[in-house]
Amino acid sequence: MNRLARLFAIMRKELLQLGRDRLTFGMIVGIPSIMILLFGYAINNDVRDLKAAVADLADTHLSRQFVAQLEQTQVLNVHYSVSTPEQLEKLLRAGKISVGIHIPPDFDRRSIDANRTAAHLLVDGADPTIFGVANQLANFPLGFDSTETGKPPVRNLEIRPFYNPERRTAVNVVPGLIGVILTLTMILFTAVAIVREREHGNLELLINTPVSTTELMIGKVVPYIAIGLVQLALIVMFGKLLFDVPVRGGLLELYVGAAAFIAANLALGLLISTVARTQFQAMQMTFFLLLPSILLSGFVFPFDGMPPAAQLLGELLPNTHFIRITRGIMLRDASIVDVGNEIAVLAGFAVVALTLAILRFSRRLD
Amino acid sequence: MTGNTAIRARGLTKNFGKLCAVNNLDLDVPRAAIYGFLGPNGSGKTTAIRMLCGLLTPTSGSASVLGFAVPGDAIALRPRIGYMTQKFSLYGDMTVRENLAFIADIYSYDRSDRNRRIDEILREYDFVDRARQHAGTLSGGQKQRLALACAVLHKPELLLLDEPTSAVDPRNRRDFWARLFRLADSGTTILVSTHYMDEAERCHRLAILDRGVKVADGSPQELQDSTGMNIIEVRADNPQRAATILENLPGVMSVTQLGVRLRVLVPQEIPGARQTIDAELRKHGLTAAVAEVSASLEDVFVAVTQARPERAA
Ligand SMILES: Nc1ncnc2c1ncn2[C@@H]1O[C@H](COP(=O)(O)OP(=O)(O)O)[C@@H](O)[C@H]1O
Ligand SMILES: [Mg+2]
Repeated sequence: MNRLARLFAIMRKELLQLGRDRLTFGMIVGIPSIMILLFGYAINNDVRDLKAAVADLADTHLSRQFVAQLEQTQVLNVHYSVSTPEQLEKLLRAGKISVGIHIPPDFDRRSIDANRTAAHLLVDGADPTIFGVANQLANFPLGFDSTETGKPPVRNLEIRPFYNPERRTAVNVVPGLIGVILTLTMILFTAVAIVREREHGNLELLINTPVSTTELMIGKVVPYIAIGLVQLALIVMFGKLLFDVPVRGGLLELYVGAAAFIAANLALGLLISTVARTQFQAMQMTFFLLLPSILLSGFVFPFDGMPPAAQLLGELLPNTHFIRITRGIMLRDASIVDVGNEIAVLAGFAVVALTLAILRFSRRLD
Repeated sequence: MTGNTAIRARGLTKNFGKLCAVNNLDLDVPRAAIYGFLGPNGSGKTTAIRMLCGLLTPTSGSASVLGFAVPGDAIALRPRIGYMTQKFSLYGDMTVRENLAFIADIYSYDRSDRNRRIDEILREYDFVDRARQHAGTLSGGQKQRLALACAVLHKPELLLLDEPTSAVDPRNRRDFWARLFRLADSGTTILVSTHYMDEAERCHRLAILDRGVKVADGSPQELQDSTGMNIIEVRADNPQRAATILENLPGVMSVTQLGVRLRVLVPQEIPGARQTIDAELRKHGLTAAVAEVSASLEDVFVAVTQARPERAA
């Protein structure tokens, strides 16, 4: 009874202060909005309109048709026509083009000879995205036959993206971004929460009252779970309105998963705040956790493609599990059962981190 | 229970690395009394108070507060003490009333009791008109008053006040002390630290701390009576020159200038101090009124701290 009263007292106090702290309040709304706009618009892996030049030494009907088809993919945009491969290299070096297409004089013959490549692509290999695109183009089917019946080219193999047919980056980025935004804001809020009270001297008073450490910690976590869920709603809304990112699965499932994830991050933040001596240290530690949460969680690089050591580290990050949940629920209509394991891992994470924080928190000043 | 003793400490010591912040402190604080810790900055007042409420673990020694061993039984002790930290430790972004309400909730008042008690405190501590003002915007004196209000809200048996009147003007200090007397009258034991002599003089008993060591304790009267010094007050036209002369006079323990007056401390074993001083000043052609006076607390402080060797820097 008294315990509950004290718990509510702490929670009420946190909310009261939160409502008055414009900066923190701004962070709640500002960070999701800014990040989603930045990531949604600026980070775009859909490669289009790469500048290209052609050195068509064959200049036959077939070669012109080949170039036209490449242009139709919209990946390339031919800006220059030159007469020698050396000129292509010059343009590449000058940075005027990203791709050079060299069509040798015997293109027609080469194109029906399975043992020889029909044409050459010269690419700026420094940019992995462009290199990847060039690799795709290298497999571009030369499906026209020499009888020129006007039939469309027949592809041997067609790739059909299943969950993201339009192959839009935003659809893949936004579910992952939820995890990144929540990691940043949630850890930061609680990491700073106790350190700030220590710095302001409030803690010396507080630890001398009947408030128990558990009440203090839980009282500081619970209000922010609500805040985190509000942020989730904001991001999902922005994703839907601006980038047409779907939520194919249940919203309730998404919220249950997010609640576990938020609790895990808040508990992690509390753990930080029992270690950090100053607010600045707490922020540094937060960013120390944020970087791997972006790089090793499967948000930026496909998780399965990472080396085993990185995967192991990734498994230790709440965001890795949460991204599986969000992508599963939002893009693949996964049910709560499908992602149940991941939710359990996150809940376990929250309990362990909170327990450690409570054990580590000292009610003494020495 | 320990009967009439609220705080009892034996050999209480706290080291911070090589620094001995509190050294072998013995303490007996009677109930319902105002007990003062008098000492300059760094003398160990805060450290001693923190050990007594269980916030710091003593390096050695033991203490019992209201019958509870600290730091061992600190949890059981907490509801019964009120602690006012040296630094303002309430929430500046919350209003006066919100701060009081928070403290009341922490001490588990139920709803109706709570509001009645808060209104009572607001009235008693003159905050009715400022109940909705943010604590951070209060003046220094108002902040201290609010801190005291929060410390007494749950009616503790023992109040630990750490320099509660630093940054408070004299009028508000008088006011503040009037409240302390009322609290003591109603049975609350108060341990208060200060570096103001005039405040120390108001305590029922006090301990003088110097560099972590208790150099004297007793009631102000006892302390003043037992300095072992004759206090000679000198009014000279040229006090600075007189001070220089007297400082070099054998047997003089210390010379303190207070405006145009000099207070000269001479150990009681040395006879005829007044006459010697008078003669010495005349010899140097200075006219001065020389009189023997009774010791003030400041004299006590000078006497007990001057007697100790300087600590190596
Ligand atoms: N947490 C601490 N760590 C190291 N030294 C400390 C700590 N707290 C106090 N001290 C030192 O102990 C001495 C006594 O300090 P304190 O108790 O605050 O004195 P006072 O309250 O009388 O001004 C000072 O020299 C101070 O620097
Ligand atoms: Mg102090």
